[in-house]
Amino acid sequence: MTRRTLNKAEPSRRAVLKGIGAGLLASTVMPGAVRAQGAPIKLGFQLHVTGIGASYGRWYQRTADAALKMINDAGGINGRPVEILYEDDGTDPKRGAEVVDKFVNKHGCDLVFGTLFSHVVIGSAPRAGELKVPYLVCSEGYHVASGMLNRWTLQPGITDARSQIVSMAPWVAANLGKKVTMIFPDFAFGHDHRDFFTAAIAAQGGEVIAQIAVPPTETSFTRYFPQIPADTEVLYHVMVGPAVLTFVKELGEFYGSGPKPAMFGFIDSLEAVDIATPGLEFLEGSHFWEGHNRMKPADAGEHEAAYRAAVGVDDNGASVSDPKDVATYSHMFSAWETLYIIKAGMEASGYQGPADRQKFVEAVEAMTEIPYGIEHPQGAKRFNGKTHQVFGTQNISQVQGGKLVRVHQTSIEDGLYDDAVDYTAQPF
Amino acid sequence: MTERGKILLLHGGVLLALFAAQYLLPAYHANNLARIMVLAVYAMGYNIAFGYTGLLSLGHALFFAMGMYGAGMAVWLVEWTALPAIAMGLAAGAVAAGAVGLLALRTAGVSFMIVTLMFAQAGYLLILYFARYTGGDEGFVVEAFGRRPFGLDLVQDGPRYAAAFCLFAVALAGNLALVRSRFGRVMLAMRENEARSRMLGYNPFRVKLLALVISGLYAGAAGAFYAMLFGYVGASFAMVQYSILPLLYTLLGGAGVVLGPLLGAGLMFYLIDIASGLTSAYLMVVGAVLVVLVLFAPKGLLGALRERGLKWLP
Repeated sequence: MTRRTLNKAEPSRRAVLKGIGAGLLASTVMPGAVRAQGAPIKLGFQLHVTGIGASYGRWYQRTADAALKMINDAGGINGRPVEILYEDDGTDPKRGAEVVDKFVNKHGCDLVFGTLFSHVVIGSAPRAGELKVPYLVCSEGYHVASGMLNRWTLQPGITDARSQIVSMAPWVAANLGKKVTMIFPDFAFGHDHRDFFTAAIAAQGGEVIAQIAVPPTETSFTRYFPQIPADTEVLYHVMVGPAVLTFVKELGEFYGSGPKPAMFGFIDSLEAVDIATPGLEFLEGSHFWEGHNRMKPADAGEHEAAYRAAVGVDDNGASVSDPKDVATYSHMFSAWETLYIIKAGMEASGYQGPADRQKFVEAVEAMTEIPYGIEHPQGAKRFNGKTHQVFGTQNISQVQGGKLVRVHQTSIEDGLYDDAVDYTAQPF
Repeated sequence: MTERGKILLLHGGVLLALFAAQYLLPAYHANNLARIMVLAVYAMGYNIAFGYTGLLSLGHALFFAMGMYGAGMAVWLVEWTALPAIAMGLAAGAVAAGAVGLLALRTAGVSFMIVTLMFAQAGYLLILYFARYTGGDEGFVVEAFGRRPFGLDLVQDGPRYAAAFCLFAVALAGNLALVRSRFGRVMLAMRENEARSRMLGYNPFRVKLLALVISGLYAGAAGAFYAMLFGYVGASFAMVQYSILPLLYTLLGGAGVVLGPLLGAGLMFYLIDIASGLTSAYLMVVGAVLVVLVLFAPKGLLGALRERGLKWLP
C-alpha cells in the first residue's frame, strides 16, 4: 500500500488559491465563458420510449437534448445548470401518471414536460394537478384548450389539432375543391378531424359530402372506397398507424390510372416514414398539413439551418448519421420550443425552486407574443394564457417527385377560435 | 397455534403493515402502494376465478373497465357523487361478469379463454365506438366533486391511501371468508375435478357462474376505485394487456393463495419501475423473470412456500 505525500512537483497551497482566484475572475469578467452554477434545475421528460409512441419518443429525446445543450452552453436558467431526466411512460396513461409521481416525489423534479400522446396527457394531468407541479405538454390535443384539464397543465410549445384543422379549410376550399369526403380512423383523433373540419369547410362555403369512419382494428380498406361519392372533389384522409401504407396502396389500386379527386392529408399519418417508400407513389401530387416542414423549404427562416444542425437532421428531414432514420419533424420542434418556454417562464418568475411553481405558471400565463428565433424555430407564436394554448402558423406541402414541398403557410389568425375556458380563473 | 390462528395472524399482520406503511414510507412509495393495493384487489378477483375455480379468463379487462366506466361515467355524464358512482361501478363489473359468464361458461378450457377474450375486445371497441359518451381512446378526467366519499378528498394522498387500504382490507377479508367457506371448497372441487363434483350433486355451471360474478365484482370494485383514486378513465384499461396483468400478478404471487395477488402486483409494479430506470428493454427483463418463475416456481412464490411447509396458507 502506498501513501501519497506532498512533493515539490505538486502545486503549493498558495499557487492553488491563485489559480482558483484567476479562474473565478475569468468566469465573471471574460466574455464567452458563461458557466451555470449551483444545484441543477431538474426537469422530468415523460417520454414514449416503448408503445405506439416510440418513434416519436426517440426524436423528442434528441430534440430536447439538443435544446438542453444550447441552454446550458449559454449559462443555464437563472444561472443554474439544467438537467433533464427521462422516464418511459410506455405510451400508457396509467404508467404516465405513475411517472409524474416518480419525477416529483422520487427525483425531486421542478416540473414535468414533453408528453405527446393525448391519452397519456389526460391520464397524467390529474396527478400533476394534485401534486401542484407544472405540466407542459406537447400533444396537439384540444383537451388543454377545451377546459378538460387543470391550471397546472399548459401547451405552450405546439398548436392544437383544432387550430391546425380549421386553418386548413380556407386553402383547401380555395385551391382543391369544395365537395369533400373524409376518411378517418373511428377514434378521438379522427373524430376531431371530422367535427372541426366539417364545420370549418362549411364556413368556407364548402361541404363534407361523406364521412367514412374506419374502425381502428381494420387492416384492409378496399371495402370502404366504393363509399366515396363520385362527385368528390377532395379526399381528406387522416389514417394513422402501421396500416397507413396499406391504405395508400389500396387507394391507388382503387383509382388506378383513372381520374381521382384531389387528396389532402395530415402528415401525422406518415411521420417518421420516408415519403419515397415503395407503395406511396400514389401520394405524388397530393397535399399534406405539416407543422414544421420536413424538407427544408427554399425560403426557410434564418434559424432553420442551426436548429437542424443542433438536432442532427439533414435537409430532407432525416438523421445526418442515417438517411433512413426519418424524423418526426412536424411535431418534435415542440420539445425544443417548450424547453425554451420553460427557460423564459423561469427567468420571468425568478424561479428558484418548487416553492415558485405557482409563480412559474403565472409567468407562462402572462406570455402573449412569442417571436421567431432560434428559441422558436418553427415560427412566431401567440400564447393564450386563459386557455393555456399556443397558436402559430401551419404549412401545406405538396408531394413533388417524392419530396414534400411547401406551397402555403397560414397566418396565426387562420387558426384562432373562441376561448372555451379561462384557467386563470381557477384556483391553483 | 391453530391453523385459524396462524391465518388470522398472517393476514392481520399484512393489513397492519400496510396500514403502517403510509406513515413510514416516503410519499412516492406510499402512492405506489395505494395503486398496488387497488390492482391487487383486481388480481384477487381474478384469483377467485382462476386460482380457486380453474377458470382461465382473458376477458377480465372488461369487468375492470366496466367498474371504471360505471363509476366514471356516472360522475362525468350525470354528475353523481362518489358513493353512488362507486356502487354503480361495482354493479357494472358484477353484471358484466354474469352476462359474459352465462354465455362463455357453455365452453371450457381454451374455448373459454378465447370467448372471454372476444367479449373483452368487443367491450373495448364499444368504448371507442361510443366515444361521445365514453371519451373514446382519450378517455376523460373524473372531476374532483365526484371524488369525495364521506367528505374524504381523494385528490389528497392521505385519504387516497386510506380509501385504497379500506378497499383492500374488505376485499381480503371477503376473499378469506369465501375460500374458507363451504362454497369456497366447492369452487376448489370444480377446479380439481368437475366431473366428480357433478356426480356429488353440485351444478358446475351455477358454481362457476357465481364464482365469476364474485370475480367480476372484485374487478369492478378495483376499476371503480382506480377511477376515483387516480382521477382518470380511459379505454387503454379495457385493452387485452389489462386482462393479462392480473393473470401475471396471480401467477407470480401464487395462484390459489389469498395473498398471492398482492405479492404479485407489488413485485411486478416495482420490477417495471426499477427495470425501466435501467434499460429501455425493461419488458425483456420482465419476460426473463417470468420465464425463470415458471421454470423454478410454477405455482408462484407463495404457492412454492405452501408446497414447502406452509400448508395452511389459504
